Amino acid sequence: MTNASWEALSNQAVAACGIVYFLALVAHLVEWSAVIGKRQRVAGSAESAGSRTAVGGGVALATGGPAATPGDAGERTHRVALFARLGILLTTIAVVVHLVALVSRGLAADRVPWGNMYEFTLAGTFVVAGLYVVLYRKLALAWMAPLVVGFVTVMLMIAVIWLYEGVAPLTEALNSPWLVIHVMAAILATGAFTLGGITSAVYLAKARWPHAQVLARTPALPVLDRVSYRIHAFAFPVWTFAVLITGPIWAHQAWSAYWSWDPKEVWAFITWVVYAAYLHARATAGWKGRNAALLALVGVATLWFNFIGINYFSSTSQHSYAAPQLAVVQVVDTPSMS
Amino acid sequence: MSKLDTLPEQAVERRPGELRPRELARWAWRQLTSMRTALILLLLLALAAVPGSVIPQERSDSLDATRWKDAHETLTPIYEKLGLFHVYTSVWFAAIYLLLMISLVGCILPRTFHYVRAIRAEPPAAPSNLTRLPDHASYSSADAPDVVLARASTVLKRKGYRVRAAGPGPEDSVSAERGYLREVGNLVFHLSVLVVLVGFALGGLFGYRGGVILVVGNTFSNNLTQYDDFDPGSLFSASQMEDFDITVKDFDVEWLQDGPRQGMARGFNAGLTYHETQGGPEKSYDLRVNHPLSIGDTDLFLIGHGYAPVLTVRDGEGNVASSGPVVFLPQGPDFFSVGVVKAPFAQPQEIALEGFFYPFFANVDGNPVNVMGDDLNPVVSMQVWTGDLGLKDGVSQSVYLLDKSKATKVMADNGRQLRIDLAPGQTVTLPDGLGTVSFESVVPWNRLQVSQTPGTRIALTGVVLALVGLLGSLFLRPRRVWVRVRRADGPAGGSLVEVAALDRSGGGDVGVVLSKVVDALQPVPADEKEKS
Ligand code: HEM
Repeated sequence: MTNASWEALSNQAVAACGIVYFLALVAHLVEWSAVIGKRQRVAGSAESAGSRTAVGGGVALATGGPAATPGDAGERTHRVALFARLGILLTTIAVVVHLVALVSRGLAADRVPWGNMYEFTLAGTFVVAGLYVVLYRKLALAWMAPLVVGFVTVMLMIAVIWLYEGVAPLTEALNSPWLVIHVMAAILATGAFTLGGITSAVYLAKARWPHAQVLARTPALPVLDRVSYRIHAFAFPVWTFAVLITGPIWAHQAWSAYWSWDPKEVWAFITWVVYAAYLHARATAGWKGRNAALLALVGVATLWFNFIGINYFSSTSQHSYAAPQLAVVQVVDTPSMS
Repeated sequence: MSKLDTLPEQAVERRPGELRPRELARWAWRQLTSMRTALILLLLLALAAVPGSVIPQERSDSLDATRWKDAHETLTPIYEKLGLFHVYTSVWFAAIYLLLMISLVGCILPRTFHYVRAIRAEPPAAPSNLTRLPDHASYSSADAPDVVLARASTVLKRKGYRVRAAGPGPEDSVSAERGYLREVGNLVFHLSVLVVLVGFALGGLFGYRGGVILVVGNTFSNNLTQYDDFDPGSLFSASQMEDFDITVKDFDVEWLQDGPRQGMARGFNAGLTYHETQGGPEKSYDLRVNHPLSIGDTDLFLIGHGYAPVLTVRDGEGNVASSGPVVFLPQGPDFFSVGVVKAPFAQPQEIALEGFFYPFFANVDGNPVNVMGDDLNPVVSMQVWTGDLGLKDGVSQSVYLLDKSKATKVMADNGRQLRIDLAPGQTVTLPDGLGTVSFESVVPWNRLQVSQTPGTRIALTGVVLALVGLLGSLFLRPRRVWVRVRRADGPAGGSLVEVAALDRSGGGDVGVVLSKVVDALQPVPADEKEKS
C-alpha cells in the first residue's frame, strides 16, 4: 500500500471508531437511564460477588461493576446488565479500530503517529480508551463508562474538525528517536491522568450530592478515592519519566539546554508539582479526600492547558506541535559588538 | 569548671521565661517540616512558576522581553522590581524552593533514623483483639491450632512476608509484615530531589552558554572575544574554556516543495572541521539538529541559519570601502531577512545601506514578495544613507542596527529615498559621486551555540534515582498480617482462626489481600471450589 492509501485508511478508521464510540455512549446512556429509573437501588452497594460466608466484618471489596447477580431482578436490571455489556463490547471494538487508525497513520508517515496535535490527540484518546478497557475488570470501572466514552468521542471530534493535518514530515527538532520514547510516555501519562481526573471529578460530585440518582451507579467514596490513587500512582512515575528524564535529555540534544524554562517545560513542571502535592495530600490529615480530589482536578487542568493552551497562546514555546514553525530557532540575540 | 558549678546554671536555664525563644524555634521547625507545610510549599512553587510562562523571560527570549517592555510602559518598572522578567532566578522563587528543600531535609532526616530502626525491628506482636481492626476475617478450621499456625507461617513467608520469630513459650498467633522497602524508596526519592537540585545548580553556577554566527567558510576559535553573546554562570571562569577551533566548510538544507508543510526547511547539515586543541589533528563532523558535537566538556549545537549576501561597496574614489558577506537576520520561516551595511571610511562621504534580503524574490502585481526560504532567486533591496553614521565617536554599535540620528537620506530622482534592488552579479552606481554597490553572491551562515553544563550527570543520576525510589514508594505495599488461632470449644476439636490485615500506605485494597491470605490458609483446595 502507498502512503496515501494508508492515510486514507487511517482517516476512515478514525471516522469508524468515532461512530462506534458514539454507539457505545448511547448504550451506556440507556444503561444509566435504566438505573436512574430503578428506585430502591442503594448507591454503591458493594455486592462482593463471591463473598465467603465465613469472612466477617469490614471486608469492603471494590465492586460496583455491572450487576452480575440478577437476584430478584426485574426487567430493568436485565436491561442495565444488557446495555452495560453491549457498551463495553462496542468500546472494545472501537478501541481496536482506533488502533488501526493509529497504526495506519504511522505507516502513512513512516514514523510514530504522534508528530502534531492531531496525531497526539488521536494517540492520547486511544490511551484513555485503551487503559479504560484494560483496567475495566481490575479496577471495576464500569461506572466510568459514559464519562470515558463521552470524553473520547468529543476529543476525537475536536481532533477531526479543528486539529486535522495531513501527513507531513516532522520538523527537524522532532526528528529524533526520543520522539518515540518521550512523547509515548507523555501520551501514556496524559491518558492515565485523564482517567484519574474523571475519577476524582466523580468523587467530588458524589461527596457533594451523595444521593443523586445519576451517581447511583458509581462506587462508594473510599473506593473512588482508592481507584483514583491507583491510577495516579501509575501516571505520576510515567510523567516523571517523560518530563524530567527523557524530556531534558532530548532538549539537550535538540536545543542545547536540558532545561530552559520554556513555557511548555514550565507547565509540565507545574503539572508534576501539583500531582506531587496530590500524593502528599492523600497522606496529610485535613487534605485527604475532597482536597486531594480537587488537587487531582487542578493537575489535569494544568496538563490539558499545557497541551492545548500553550500550543495556541504562547508564541515563545519551542515545542512546535501547534504550527509548522520555523524549524530552527531564530536568531534572537542582537549582538552588541561593533 | 566543676560539676557543682554547672548545676545552678542548668537550674537557671530551666526557667520557663528563658526557654521561650527555644520553644518558639522548635515550634517553627516543627511547622516548617510538617507534611502540611510541604504541601503548601509545593502548591506555592507551582503557582510561582506560572508568571514566567506568561511574561517573556529575559534569559530564554530576550528579544521578546524587550518588545514586551516597550509595549507596556507602566507595568514594566513594577514587573522589573518584582523580578518578573527572570522569575526562575528571582529571590522569591529561590526562597520557595529553598524553604521546600529545608523542609524536606528536616522531614526526611529524622525519618531516616526512624526507618532504620523500623527495618531492623521484628513485625509487632498481634494486637489483643484482631476483630477490632477494620479488615479482619474469622473462620473455623478442622485442624489443630499448631497446625494452622505452622501453615500460616509458611504461607506468609512464601508470600514474601517477614514473620515474627517464635518466642520461647507457646504462641497463639503469627505476626507478619512486608513492604519494608517502600520507606526506603520514599527516602531515596526525596533525597534524590536534593541531588537533582545540586546538579542543576552546578550547571547554573559554573556553566556558560554562548552564541556565535559563523558564515560558511569562516573559523571560530573558542575564546571570549569571538562570541556574539555570552552568558556565563556566576562562578564561571574563563580558564574552563577549551582550546578548540571550528570551521564551517559547507551547509545543506532541504526545502519541502509540496505537502502541508511546503516551504519548511529540514535536514540541516553543517559540515565542520575542527581541532580539539591548538595544533591537534584535524577532525570533521556533520553538525545537525539533535546531533550536537562534544569536545571535552563543551557541547556545540546548530541552532539557526540564515543568509549573508556578499556585498562590495566602492567609494567615490574607487577604493573598496566595505566588502564580504553581511549577515542578514531572518524575520520568519520564509527567511525574508533584514540587514545593514556600513562603510564609515568611504571617501569623500560615509555610506550605509539598510534593507531586505529576499531569498526567493517574485514580483506579484508590482509588489515584492518572498516566495519561500530557498535562495532560488535572491535579491537585496536596500535604502541608502550618508552623512555621519555615528561610528567615529568610539561608541560601539550593533552591526545589525543603523544609527540614523545624524545620517542623511540619499534621494532618488522621483523625490523618494533611493532604493537599490540588486540580483547577484549586478552593480549600481550611487548618485552624487558616492560610489558603487555590487551584489556578488549569497553564502549561508550558521548560528552555533556553545555551552558547558557541569553537573548534568549528577542531575541525571538524581532523576533516575528519584524515579526508582518513586516506583518503590508507590508500588510496594507495606502490610501487616496477623493470624490468631484458638482451640475450638466443641467436642470435634479443631480451631477458630482470626486473620487481620493492615495496609500502612493507605492506598491498598486490603479486603482483597485479606481474602487471598484466608484462601491460602485453607488446607484443601476442594473446600474452596465448593464455596465459589
Ligand atoms: C519538604 C518536605 C516534604 C515532606 C515532609 C514530605 C513527606 C512525604 C511523606 C511523609 C510521604 C509519604 C506519603 C505516603 O506514605 O503516602 C511523601 C511521599 C511523597 N512525596 Fe514528599 N515530602 C516532602 C517534600 C517533597 C517534595 C519536595 C516532593 C517533590 C515534589 C515530594 C514528593 C513526594 C511524592 C511523589 C511522594 C509519594 C507519595 C506516596 O507515596 O503516595 N515530597 N512525602
